[in-house]
Amino acid sequence: MAAFLIRRLLQAALILLGVSLITFVLLYVLPADPVRQIAGRSATAETVENIRRQLGLDQPFLVQYGRFLAGLVQGDLGRSYLQKTEVAELIMSRLPATLLLMAAGIACELVLGIAMGVAAALWRGRAVDQTLMVGSFVTVSAPQFVVSLLLLYVFAVELRWFPIGGYGTFAHLVLPAVTLGILGSGWYSRMMRSSMIDVMGADFIRTARAKGLTRARVILRHALPNAILPIIAMIGIDIGIFMGGIVVVESVFGWPGIGQLAWQAIQRVDIPIIMGVTLVSALAIVLGNLLADILTLFIDPRIRLR
Amino acid sequence: MQAALPKGKTLMTNAIIVDPRRERGTLARLAQRKLAVFGLFLIVLVVAAALAAPLIAPYAPEEQLFDGLTLEGAPLPPGGAFLLGTDLLGRDLLSRLLYGARTSLVIGVLANGIALFIGVLVGLTAGYLRGWVGTVLMRFTDLMMAFPALLLAICLSAIFEPSLWIVVMVIALVSWVQTARVIYTETTSLAERDFIAAERTLGAGTGRILFRHILPHLVPTIIVWGTLGISTTVLLEATLSFLGVGVQPPTPSWGNIIFENQTYFQSAPWLVFIPSAAIIGLALAFNLLGDALRDVLDPVQRGRT
Amino acid sequence: MTKWLTSTALVLTLALPATAQDYVPDPAAKAGGSITITYKDDVATLDPAIGYDWQNWSMIKSLFDGMMDYVPGTTTLRPGLAETYEISPDGMVFTFKLRPGVKFHNGREMTATDVKYSLDRVTNPATQSPGAGFFGAIAGFETAGDGGLSGVEVVDPLTVKITLSRPDATFLHVMALNFASVVPKEAVDEAGADFGKKPVGTGAFKLAEWTLGQRLVFEKNAEYWREGVPYLDQVLFEVGQEPIVALLRLQSGEVDVPGDGIPPAKFTEVMGDPAQAAQVVVGGQLHTGYITLNVTMPPFDKVEVRQAVNMAVNKDRIVQIINGRAKPATQPLPPSMPGYTTGYAGYPFDVEGAKKLLADAGLPDGFETDLYVMNTDPNPRIAQAIQQDLAAIGIKANIQNLAQANVIEAGGAGTAPMIWSGGMGWIADFPDPSNFYGPILGCSGAAEGGWNWSKFCDAGLDAKATAADSMADPAKAAERLALWSDVYVGVMDQAPWVPVFNEERYTMKSARMGGADALFVDPVSIPVNYDYVFVK
Repeated sequence: MAAFLIRRLLQAALILLGVSLITFVLLYVLPADPVRQIAGRSATAETVENIRRQLGLDQPFLVQYGRFLAGLVQGDLGRSYLQKTEVAELIMSRLPATLLLMAAGIACELVLGIAMGVAAALWRGRAVDQTLMVGSFVTVSAPQFVVSLLLLYVFAVELRWFPIGGYGTFAHLVLPAVTLGILGSGWYSRMMRSSMIDVMGADFIRTARAKGLTRARVILRHALPNAILPIIAMIGIDIGIFMGGIVVVESVFGWPGIGQLAWQAIQRVDIPIIMGVTLVSALAIVLGNLLADILTLFIDPRIRLR
Repeated sequence: MQAALPKGKTLMTNAIIVDPRRERGTLARLAQRKLAVFGLFLIVLVVAAALAAPLIAPYAPEEQLFDGLTLEGAPLPPGGAFLLGTDLLGRDLLSRLLYGARTSLVIGVLANGIALFIGVLVGLTAGYLRGWVGTVLMRFTDLMMAFPALLLAICLSAIFEPSLWIVVMVIALVSWVQTARVIYTETTSLAERDFIAAERTLGAGTGRILFRHILPHLVPTIIVWGTLGISTTVLLEATLSFLGVGVQPPTPSWGNIIFENQTYFQSAPWLVFIPSAAIIGLALAFNLLGDALRDVLDPVQRGRT
Repeated sequence: MTKWLTSTALVLTLALPATAQDYVPDPAAKAGGSITITYKDDVATLDPAIGYDWQNWSMIKSLFDGMMDYVPGTTTLRPGLAETYEISPDGMVFTFKLRPGVKFHNGREMTATDVKYSLDRVTNPATQSPGAGFFGAIAGFETAGDGGLSGVEVVDPLTVKITLSRPDATFLHVMALNFASVVPKEAVDEAGADFGKKPVGTGAFKLAEWTLGQRLVFEKNAEYWREGVPYLDQVLFEVGQEPIVALLRLQSGEVDVPGDGIPPAKFTEVMGDPAQAAQVVVGGQLHTGYITLNVTMPPFDKVEVRQAVNMAVNKDRIVQIINGRAKPATQPLPPSMPGYTTGYAGYPFDVEGAKKLLADAGLPDGFETDLYVMNTDPNPRIAQAIQQDLAAIGIKANIQNLAQANVIEAGGAGTAPMIWSGGMGWIADFPDPSNFYGPILGCSGAAEGGWNWSKFCDAGLDAKATAADSMADPAKAAERLALWSDVYVGVMDQAPWVPVFNEERYTMKSARMGGADALFVDPVSIPVNYDYVFVK
């Protein structure tokens, strides 16, 4: 196991290096000039060139990338071009909110998705199954903005159960987490359903039932743990989505997550922020997938390390 | 439900229990399933609507009609001269949906299909072979997942002329990774099951094991990802269009109709809910058809309903 | 400067006490209370040498002061930290007498040395100030660096003398820009690159708290040098909020002013409800939305083609599409800008006339081109309306719907034949007609990377513009404005732009907010002038 971990962590470092290189190349060829964004609309050509020189953006690609890596090794992600703040500070100020919402959102997805998936599998072909099937397609196809705002409107504005957006208390967390849970539950429930159906047909379940165990016990103790395998892989995927793709939910609920930071930075070519956020989310994704692989090993002991 | 089978029987042996219905043709059996027929009907309907859009659309999709807006500049609700209402520029929503089906079908079926194919291929190969091949494939998958797709989209948008085919490429490029992850995990587990080990000891080739024995077990997962993927790719197209990669205004797609109008969902709900219903309908139709096909073709699952 | 206070015509001395300025305090105004403002985008920096977004512009105005200022709610200049100022007869030397006893937020008294330091700092290339170019008229600007500006001299602790290298009629406006704010050296040195996060000024408010990505708290500066203001004890800014949600929060009493305004999707709803409409203040703003036609790219190198495009665009329909939030425009300058040519009709909406002009230019069948547009609502919609109008005269314009940075890049590089300016349009830095010319219509802006996206460069007009800006004598103000009016009419004759509309400002406020309407559509402090509004 230790050797496996070390190998995977080394691979992770390589992946991060690859991601940073690709991102750097993209930003280098991107036809949008960060210096123009810094210099502003009234700047003279001399001012523009001067800023470009100061930031080292007049240097060849390899020199720029080398400098970035040198900084990275020392834990320095640089300073935002436009916010003039340390990128590490900007990211750290938003990371806790992102991780909190990610954890709560995934928990909601799991609870909703597993419950719906198991119900659909057990009542396969019945009205419950069909309703849940339609429901999962509706949630997956629904525009995030509309769902977020509808929930906010009903539960915060009309019923006043929760605050209208913001960050800080548990009450602030509920609506965005539930929104994410609903939006993502379709995937989990469909996967859970098919996995449950597969497992329920397997021999060891038949055996358990033949031994006279109760239906509830068979489902909870035998079927569920075995059916959960694909769900684990999906959590790893979800981490990737949550690290960058929930800008809409963040802005509707006024949640100070990394998504908004990244989105604004991309629009304004703030290269240090883009690089920093990309690396942090890449790290989360790589570690998430590693965690998923390790969990898979524990859940299904038949899979051996190779 | 099925009767309990004696201990020790592998899943594979289930295939031996021959269903009498198997004697009939696949199509005939499919036709017996009302839901499958309904799904097929919906798909045919959407394809026909997309192809016949110039014939059946009441207006040109990009025509901003003078009487399509109120004096204050608000869109018109469904009814009257505009069956499904008008959009924020006074264009006929029905006509836009009909033409938009063309783009959305290409994305939802073709781009999503390519992504699914790559994802299954990579996940299956990496999950079964593991070793260095698996490691390289899966670490590459991690890399693709960790890499900023939006930035790639913005870059491409500035380098290439925007076109539908670039969107298809970008969507295929970024969407296969999730499928690959899930298929990989399931394959690693399947590969260790007794019946696969048995096949191996009997000398079955890798290809045969992969495609004859493992793949059929992955069909339910493939259907889930393939059908839900229709919705997500159609919506992803709208985001890419927003960044300048995709079809450019005024060309409609279901995704960009929703995207353009979503902030107006309270004052003009038809502009969001009708195209959303179209996407849900299309994805569901494929799901119904896929489920039925699976039941008809899959030796393991058949007869269990 | 030997003729100190001699020529009444040329020397403008405002030796007025602070209370006699043309701003009349609101008798209903009450001190105390806190208001909440929201923004979608994060606040970038509060360093006055750097901040150049419309959000932080008004925030910096409340934290800092410069030599000059504007009468709240107007575009009229008034002295700020300068108690009086004098302009030499040739308009080349400005002498500012500082107000004594003004203290920075850190308690130290502000002196002439701080003024010099601040101007040296903003023009030092190492500062990377986007506003450095505004100070180009100060002597020694070209060699500015760590040595400072040779044209700025400390005469005594309360007197600063600024010598120009060329006459600049807009110099007092320049001294009212945020970039000219006075900052204390020790605070800048201590904070280093983080000064934008730890601002110290002389303004009506001081920064009490800044939680990155969430909120900023401004607290009343009890020792503010202006009598009686600010009224508010605290201003709370919350960032990262969707405009629609901000409006919902306003309706439920949690927000006082949504900084991003009324979202387009809610505009008809709000304005259609008399109770809510009563909370909206409408005013003009120094903004024009326009289409640039790249005069270096055929067929836009032909003036007939550009005129035809001007005649083809149905501006009334575009205004209707944005729910009437703007007025159709005829010329580059907005109506509330001095120098606006009243009575100039511009190009009429005339499809047949446009077709005829195209035919005259040898393009009876039209042509195909690209229209660049920034991708945020309502700009793609406006671009599509323009597209349809152009199609009516045979021009097929393909829309390039891109992120802002990409559009700006294409515009600067001169690769975009047509650009709809929406979302990036020019909002004046200061209320003077010159501000709409140099960077966006003059030859200097037409260089590679400049903001003159038409790449329009007319030596004759440029000379006229330079002449106008050299008329620093206040007595010639009317003559100068007439000259500027000529310049813009001259621009329109050559039609490098299609001026489409002038956006109106709609500021929504909570019912408890008090203060004259003008403060809520303040042309300089957007969305509101924090120093003068109050809670009822």
